[in-house]
Amino acid sequence: MTSAASLNSVRSTCPYCGVGCGVLLGPDNEGGIAVQGDPEHPANFGRLCSKGAALGETVGLGRRLLAPCINGHETDWDTALDLVARKFRETVAEYGPDSAAFYVSGQLLTEDYYVANKLMKGFIGSANIDTNSRLCMASTVAGHRRAFGTDTVPGTYEDLEKADLVVLVGSNLAWCHPVLYQRLLAAREKRGTKIVVIDPRRTASCDGADMHLALQPSSDVALFNQLLTAIQAAGAIDKDFLRNVEGFEDALAAAGAEDGLSTGLTAAEISAFCKLWIGTEKVVTVFSQGVNQSTSGSDKVNAILNCHLATGRIGKPGSGPFSVTGQPNAMGGREVGGLANMLACHLDIENADHRAAVREFWQAPRMPDKQGLKAVDMFQAVAEGRIKALWIIHTNPAVSMPDADAVRDAIAGCGFTVVSDITAETDTARQAEVLLPATAWAEKDGTVTNSDRTISRQRAVLPAPGNARPDWEILADAGRRMGWQAAFNYRNPAEIFREHAALSGIAGGFGRDFDISGLADLDDHGYATLPPTRWPVASRKGGRFFSNGRFFHPDGKARMIPVRNRPPAASLEDRFPFRLNTGRVRDHWHTMTRTGMSPRLSAHMAEPFLEIHPQDAAKLGIDAADLIVVENDTGKSILRARITETVAPGQVFAPMHWTAETAPSARIDALVPAATDPISGQPESKAACVAVRRLGADWYGFAVSSLPMAPDCDYWALAVTESGYRAELAGVSQVEDWEEFARRIFDLHEADSASVIDAARGVARIALTDSGQLKAALFIAPEPVAVMRDYLAGLPGGIAQDVLSGRRPANQPDPGPILCSCFGVGIHTIVTAVETQGLMSVDAVGAALQAGTNCGSCRPEIASLIESLQVREAAE
Amino acid sequence: MAQKLVVIGAGMASGRALEHLTEAAPDTFHITLFNAEPRGNYNRIMLSPVLAGDQAYEDIVTHDDEWYAERGIACRFGEKVTSIDRKAKIVTGENGAVPYDKLVFATGSDPFMIPLPGHDSEGVIPYRDLEDTRTMMAMSKGQKAVVIGGGLLGLEAAAGMKARGADVTVVHIMGHLMERQLDEAAGDLLKKSLESKGITVKLNANSKEIVSKNGKVSALKLDDGTELPCDLLVMAVGIRPNVALAKECGIAVDRGIHVDDQMITSDTDVLAVGECVEHDGTLFGLVAPLYDQAKVLAQTLLGEDAAFTQKSLSTKLKVTGCDLFSAGDFADAEGREHIVFRDPARGVYKRLVLESNRIVGAVMYGDTADANWFFGLIRDGDDISEMRDTLIFGPAYQEGGSADPLSAVAALPLDAEIRGCNGRREERIVQAIEEGSEVLGAARAATNASASCGTRIGLAAICRATKAETFAMPNTSTHKGKCLSEGILHGRPVIWPRHDWLFDLNARDAEEADESLINTCPLRVRDKRIMIEGNAIGHLSTA
Repeated sequence: MTSAASLNSVRSTCPYCGVGCGVLLGPDNEGGIAVQGDPEHPANFGRLCSKGAALGETVGLGRRLLAPCINGHETDWDTALDLVARKFRETVAEYGPDSAAFYVSGQLLTEDYYVANKLMKGFIGSANIDTNSRLCMASTVAGHRRAFGTDTVPGTYEDLEKADLVVLVGSNLAWCHPVLYQRLLAAREKRGTKIVVIDPRRTASCDGADMHLALQPSSDVALFNQLLTAIQAAGAIDKDFLRNVEGFEDALAAAGAEDGLSTGLTAAEISAFCKLWIGTEKVVTVFSQGVNQSTSGSDKVNAILNCHLATGRIGKPGSGPFSVTGQPNAMGGREVGGLANMLACHLDIENADHRAAVREFWQAPRMPDKQGLKAVDMFQAVAEGRIKALWIIHTNPAVSMPDADAVRDAIAGCGFTVVSDITAETDTARQAEVLLPATAWAEKDGTVTNSDRTISRQRAVLPAPGNARPDWEILADAGRRMGWQAAFNYRNPAEIFREHAALSGIAGGFGRDFDISGLADLDDHGYATLPPTRWPVASRKGGRFFSNGRFFHPDGKARMIPVRNRPPAASLEDRFPFRLNTGRVRDHWHTMTRTGMSPRLSAHMAEPFLEIHPQDAAKLGIDAADLIVVENDTGKSILRARITETVAPGQVFAPMHWTAETAPSARIDALVPAATDPISGQPESKAACVAVRRLGADWYGFAVSSLPMAPDCDYWALAVTESGYRAELAGVSQVEDWEEFARRIFDLHEADSASVIDAARGVARIALTDSGQLKAALFIAPEPVAVMRDYLAGLPGGIAQDVLSGRRPANQPDPGPILCSCFGVGIHTIVTAVETQGLMSVDAVGAALQAGTNCGSCRPEIASLIESLQVREAAE
Repeated sequence: MAQKLVVIGAGMASGRALEHLTEAAPDTFHITLFNAEPRGNYNRIMLSPVLAGDQAYEDIVTHDDEWYAERGIACRFGEKVTSIDRKAKIVTGENGAVPYDKLVFATGSDPFMIPLPGHDSEGVIPYRDLEDTRTMMAMSKGQKAVVIGGGLLGLEAAAGMKARGADVTVVHIMGHLMERQLDEAAGDLLKKSLESKGITVKLNANSKEIVSKNGKVSALKLDDGTELPCDLLVMAVGIRPNVALAKECGIAVDRGIHVDDQMITSDTDVLAVGECVEHDGTLFGLVAPLYDQAKVLAQTLLGEDAAFTQKSLSTKLKVTGCDLFSAGDFADAEGREHIVFRDPARGVYKRLVLESNRIVGAVMYGDTADANWFFGLIRDGDDISEMRDTLIFGPAYQEGGSADPLSAVAALPLDAEIRGCNGRREERIVQAIEEGSEVLGAARAATNASASCGTRIGLAAICRATKAETFAMPNTSTHKGKCLSEGILHGRPVIWPRHDWLFDLNARDAEEADESLINTCPLRVRDKRIMIEGNAIGHLSTA
């Protein structure tokens, strides 16, 4: 855990999930930064999760892109941006505005986002700007807009603490929004909040839940239609509130027209859930990617909103629907209009009045009058050659998009591709013609908006390295070079913020929700010192929306939408009999460009895996630690088997984080079909159909090294460690000379080697040293290699004569795999402490070992560990 | 009335036999001890350290005059035996005759001198006794010595003289040094190591002639014409059992004095021990079997049942800086598998030769710290399959926590099932546990695929110490690689009768005070399945 930030530390915001935690950043006196939760930030009040706490480990310059590059050659900014400006101008002149596109990111700051959106929609003149929020939030945006008339999150984080029932739908809050989950658990200690988890998979969030409904994948609409029907049957409709709502009868009729069978839940389970929901006035329904990432994502959102509208449980303390976002500034992107189907400040692109007002405000030469291409369509247009100039900013679509291999190939084949990023080492950046070095989180200055509409400042604590520049500056410079001097003549982010705030006042004039015009006159000092501020900031300030029954449709009313359950786009068939769910692990984020730099975060789950039910594993002859081939018509992956009852039979789960940089066989989105929600355009990332089989590997390997390695075998997965790197390897064909193999993958041709070869058994162990100092070691066996990985990972760089033994000498205990990332406490350490000290609770473990006392993300896992040990004792 | 025992030869075998005899039955025999050398027993194998100056002669004396006196042994040192009359049962020495009831030949061996032209020149010596050692020690700095024979003794002689400042060349007829104990790789390392000490090594070298001046050696000529000038020439090319006396008195002799398993010669009142004997067609040059023989000899003399059996032999080279160990049979052959450790930078080389999951041979160079452990495994024919992957790293790596292949996938399954061999459930054990019967004893069980975890963890012994305490533990002991499930439980201490061991579970291995813990992990029965904590898999893993 990072040491406490110093007194003169800077307040900023964590760049991971949408919780938007405040952090205090200061020098760690070792050239890096120390990170601490900001006790005064309303999102986290000082808490941080494992990822946030490890931010200090991710600011190194090891893999940074420090200068613009054209076709792999470093160049200066003038040359690079002149080329970008010329190519975009020429492309637009020859093929029209819609031949250009920006694909941006929820990690951009609002100011960056604003400039990108303005440049594309107001000046290049196309709506072809979309964002990776499309993969994350688009269905919620669509659902909100259908129901409320705007993309408005009604409640605030406090509602989680004031609720008596919190329903988590398609959300593993414990791992994906750990600080919110900890706030929820803390509140439950006081008021006994009930927690229900609705998820096909038993996640860490289920460990503390009162009820887990393991419904069939993508049957949420059926479940919430059952709830709506039950609300009606129980007489729980809020008739007064319904005066503010259109569409009740139709929605009810649609709900009543189907049964709950498709959920796969028992009638008793459904009834218990409905009874609890209906009987609890203060209920918050939290939803996230399990709802959004679906071809019926928008309908799922509306099925949930329908229930809250019908009961009037919305915008009140402790009750309401609550979307939690996956990215730090998904909300900011929605606010500026950084999606192809929005304009700016929650204004509509297809509304002529809105367009005219924004055009006037921007003094824009041209403006599209229809939606642009959403992400999936955008990359299809790239593949088909309709888009000829593409600018990708801070996102990795070659990994994260559905049908990822096709997207990667499309980018590679695009006429002109620019990538702005902090590193050139991404699957996407490799395909680019022009690479532009952008500043990273700790170097950036601007604002972000979190899931409960709180705008927080992100402040720079480190200087921009090399020639890196802030994204707003790169975009504005490009805009000026394209010929629009005045419109992009910004001197600093504060100017952009004021312009954005002023524009939001115009939106407010149209009666829209997003109005921060109260901040339009903020001076530079005011901007610099802006405290976390929940919008709107105009005549009304902050607070909750909709408890007054006033919505943003032209008639001021909300809409209940008739929705019917639809199965996922891909159907199970004999060839592809498994449903593939995807998601996050606790300590990694997105494609690991940041978390992958942290040894601590990489230690929790050091390789990609496939969770499969024991029955399915037994049928397929898959043993624990085997490798599994997962495949369908769009792609193929090789992943480590993780046999567990947390997934249902017939379902498998794989994390989404690994890339060609870290595990090329684990690009899981290569298996996700490009099917999208018809309204939101959001892809269905959690319901691919796949075949699963055991990989008949000829050999398995484990490697550690102090320098990066370049394995070239059928399976490999690389992770960062304190002393360098570790990797899992496997191959299906025989290797004759393991020493030669080791020298090649480690690129250590002159090092001294030590080896143990048991040729008859297929065992080889090679250590490469330089002046006695261990540089790398490779362990090969005919089955998954049984060595003490966590111990070995610490050896490179030191004198390690007995490294080839693969294990600690007898007198040194093995801490085991790291469970608590913050304090680096291993499973074996915890088990030993529980057994020898008679510890009975997570808190007792924390008191003894510190484990679980910082971010709390590992507390559910510690709890189940203790539980299992106690069960064992009871049985003795 | 004490019997009269005459022993001819006061070498190491004889010394050890007398120890056993006088300790077990101090008054049974009246003993007379002849020795041609003018002294009692010293540790001949430690002559090399004396030569090298690492030890003094006094340090290697094992039985001094006082020792013999205390035991009433009549010593006739420096006196050769001239004849033996078996009929009359009389041994005659240079200074008179002695009658015997039992006679023991411990005449040892003579070094073999190659009959090259000039082999009788002055300055041509074997390396056998203290006199030879002193001759070598008398070499002055810069003088030249040639050693014929790149075996154990020859190399020790060469290194010793080199340490004394002489300029030494070793001439060896074979392609690598110590070919009877080392494979080529280890032989090469040894050669490099000797060369780095300044010793010249000539391999595949055939000696042709010893050149002398004025009756004194001046050079060794090889058959390729090379002439190696020298002031001293040491022949260390093997030994011949000293059987002349036995042969003269009509005892059955071939290459050595024939003995049976009780060390009795063709004459029931005459026994033989040590390098002079031939047992089952084999001659002996290393100390370990001589000691075994000495024990059997003493038991036979005392009328006890005892039998000498030949065992694997091990060798250590006593040259400072050349850590070398060899045991068993390391030749390549059908069905043999090899585990080879190479660390040229540290000068370490180890080869284990396996046959049917047992070690049959071992060669180590540069690091022989675990040699005795390996030798034990060879001698006892232990099955090493469960510790094969860490075997070559020695006993310190056969315990000490998990080496779990699942640790790459962080959160381990919480349960693992223990099943019998072939994946069958151990219903017998389950039933016994459930009934709470006093199952004093252990069951051998493989732990293998279960519903939630398929990690192979080798073998586990399942034990019940008391009614309330059922547990599993690794089936391979910390140190000996022995099968723990063959033991018998008596509450917490466990006795393994076959090996004479006693373990206190969760305490230390009783035999080796510094041994590590035997890990146990509690188990429970659920749905007729024997379950252990998933995380404890590692505690059971031994390989």
